[in-house]
Amino acid sequence: MSLESQLQNNGVVVAKLDDLLNWARLSSMWPMSFGIACCAIEMMGAMASTYDLDRMGVFPRPSPRQSDVIIIAGTVTFKMADRIKKLYEQMPDPKYVISMGSCSNCGGPYWQHGYHVVKGVDKIIPVDVYVQGCPPRPEALIGAFIELQKKIDKESLLGEQLFKEKA
Amino acid sequence: MIRKIRAVFKEIIRNFKFLTRVNEIFVKFVIIMDDPAQLSEYGKILIILLIGALLVCATIFLARLISPKKNNPIKSGTYECGEDPIGSSWVQFNPRFYVIALVFLLFDVELIFIFPWATVFGQSEYIAADGRWGWFTMIEMAMFIGVLILGLIFVWKKGDLEWVKPNVSLPKVPVAIPDSAYASLNSTTYQVRDYKGHAVEASIVEKRAEEVIATPKPAFKPRFKKPE
Repeated sequence: MSLESQLQNNGVVVAKLDDLLNWARLSSMWPMSFGIACCAIEMMGAMASTYDLDRMGVFPRPSPRQSDVIIIAGTVTFKMADRIKKLYEQMPDPKYVISMGSCSNCGGPYWQHGYHVVKGVDKIIPVDVYVQGCPPRPEALIGAFIELQKKIDKESLLGEQLFKEKA
Repeated sequence: MIRKIRAVFKEIIRNFKFLTRVNEIFVKFVIIMDDPAQLSEYGKILIILLIGALLVCATIFLARLISPKKNNPIKSGTYECGEDPIGSSWVQFNPRFYVIALVFLLFDVELIFIFPWATVFGQSEYIAADGRWGWFTMIEMAMFIGVLILGLIFVWKKGDLEWVKPNVSLPKVPVAIPDSAYASLNSTTYQVRDYKGHAVEASIVEKRAEEVIATPKPAFKPRFKKPE
């Protein structure tokens, strides 16, 4: 992280506004409390005291209006797909998606005979990080958040907004 | 040309005067802040309020400047846990919610007053200074709660605390027909004419017998498609 490496040099930090915003954004990623299937149990485990995702600023929010990340934790059925799309749309920008577990990555065990399962949540919303596993362990979800932090750190939202020709 | 230059100069001087005045105000403010004796206790609260309002406004304005805005109809729609909202949210609410909320608020406010009363007016120094102090505060609070309890009794008597109203008078239309007329109509039994022809029944029985003899179709066998 560019900001954190500067913090270790001395007390003074010189940063671009984009870097500062990225740092703020990646230090408090609030996922929406939203679980569809058994992966949600592992997600709850990751947020509870043993794994304590809160130390990374990851804290579940009860409404999409307050959240930055949506963790698709479970089997995405066609019936649920409409709701997921709607909830994703209702989150404020910038928003990120973590696809957790085989089911939401590609349909998982329902890949062949699951007439009712969407074969991957990336067919309805853009996914940033995929977590493999059935279900993934809480460590894997923590890893996903670290990967997402790296991704956010490289972003330049303000630059894209102000200098559209460069983006 | 000269006139234009003069105008520019005038503008500069005016601006300079304005700036010096701003500077004066700022210096005065700094002097006040440096010397707390110049600032009354209310002044400190005012400054806290001003800074608080300023910080809130600044953050909201900053968010307006730097936040990405990608609005669409779904995003600005009502959040109903992912469901489509049915109808408009401009619906009529039962006015009884209003009474319940009002009564709740009344006792909420009462509690807010009782806690500081218990700690501030119950101090033993005040009571030690004058023996009547304790009785005075006690009677004060008793009057306050008494008025509220009177209100509660009023609401209770009116039956507003019960969701289903206890004494509701059902509307009645005056009708000249006595109830006994309906009762006698309901109690009389009527003869029903036999509408089934016997011949028809016999044919149905025959058909059923044939159906039983006919061999049943083989049941549906589910088959799994083998993966290639």
